[in-house]
Amino acid sequence: MQLPNINKKRIALLLKEGKRLDGREPLEFRDIEIESGISVNAEGSSRVKIGKTEVVVGVKLDVQEPYPDQEDKGTMIVSMEFSQSAGERYESGPPQMDSIEIARVVDRGIRESGFVEWDKLCIKKGEKVWCIFIDIYCLNDDGNVLDASAIGAVAALRFAKFPVYDKKEEKVKFGEFTNESLPLTERIPFSMTFYKIKDKILIDPNRDEEDAADSRLTIALSEYKKEKIINAMQKGGIAPFSIEELEKILAHSEKIYEEIFPKIHERINSLIKR
Amino acid sequence: MVYAKRIDKRKFDEIRPIRAEVGVIPNADGSALFAFGETVAIAAVYGPKPLHPQHMQDPARGIIRCNYTMLPFSVAERAKPGPNRRSKEIGMVAGNALSSVVDLERFPGTVIDVEIIILQANASTRCAGINAAAMALAHAGIVMDELVSSVSIGKIDDKIVTDLIKEEEDYEEGEGATDIPFTMTSRTKKIAHLQLDGKIPISRFKEVIEAAKKACEKIFKYQERALKGEKIN
Repeated sequence: MQLPNINKKRIALLLKEGKRLDGREPLEFRDIEIESGISVNAEGSSRVKIGKTEVVVGVKLDVQEPYPDQEDKGTMIVSMEFSQSAGERYESGPPQMDSIEIARVVDRGIRESGFVEWDKLCIKKGEKVWCIFIDIYCLNDDGNVLDASAIGAVAALRFAKFPVYDKKEEKVKFGEFTNESLPLTERIPFSMTFYKIKDKILIDPNRDEEDAADSRLTIALSEYKKEKIINAMQKGGIAPFSIEELEKILAHSEKIYEEIFPKIHERINSLIKR
Repeated sequence: MVYAKRIDKRKFDEIRPIRAEVGVIPNADGSALFAFGETVAIAAVYGPKPLHPQHMQDPARGIIRCNYTMLPFSVAERAKPGPNRRSKEIGMVAGNALSSVVDLERFPGTVIDVEIIILQANASTRCAGINAAAMALAHAGIVMDELVSSVSIGKIDDKIVTDLIKEEEDYEEGEGATDIPFTMTSRTKKIAHLQLDGKIPISRFKEVIEAAKKACEKIFKYQERALKGEKIN
């Protein structure tokens, strides 16, 4: 579906004055809501809403053979799909490029941050390791599904509990859970995506703004020894960024991390305690 | 243990020997080969031609449809043939990088097919592929504002290095490896493509940009020479 040019022009024109259709500042997020317990059958699950955008994320665990080059490490597979419910533009069929990209960018942020202790997911070297399946579904797309997916994946991982594993039979007893959480560290990844419309930069676009964007840049950050570490980056879309724009975005990313991440962290903590 | 010397003895900002030539696929409208040492990519361009099915056509501009294929025998452990999520993603980011410099409004309703083939791989394959594809587009005589040049910058332990090899990508000592494929436009020096995998403090990113800019300027000179008909071995 193509956005009528008139709307696109209006968005760009407003942005020139630092304004947005919904009254937000260019670098202002909408409200982020996080819930847990979407499915009792999932090892961990979450729902994230950013404005009217909604994703649900489930974590399932299974025991599999490790990759031959990582015999003592657990594995992870991230998948993402837009449900047909997400909007008029979505049709059934195999995952399209946009969802493949979201899955891969979310995967990289988690994998590279050191958030998961992969070696602790090893049961028997070279034979049995835990595999983490993260399935992300977008139920309603009002823009910025990428950041919502990343937040939801981290939340679901933090909520997850191991299922019972029968060592004798070497089988997972699905549906029976232990009280044990996944081996996670404090290096929690947080992704944010900057969108470029003409020569302006904004964050957390709604669907119309996202359609009007010329390109985007996702940055996954984590904190280590008080320093912000970039764990993943991905430029999407066609229009190039200037070096100055990139430098500005990096400076913004640090501020946005300080502003948003603690709130998300607190919210997830309170849900875990409950 | 620090990464004091590169595994293949190059300087930290040294690119592997470059091979570049155009016209390697006679049937294509434009084609090129680009190699960083053992990483060899070829690219073939067909089009612009009418896009089918018709409903995919954009009446305002042409589109670039880019495919990235790693041949099964290009890597040590045979790669399963056929597209996968990685190859689809690379095709897309490469296509976007190329689209940023092609004057697509001149070819409404059409498609330009760009096929990137990796013959031999020792890391930085997407960068070699983008370099070859940019040359192939120019070789096909497609109107471009400028060229794009691509290079992988890495942080290996605490060193910023240019043009990674596989052993550097897999480096696990010290601070480990961060891989940053970077594509710049040749004249306006803009960032046409950027990805990152690993761990790098924001405070060190300026060095990455500097290294990328320097390397892309060098690479561009090779692409330009090859486009003028020179066969660079």
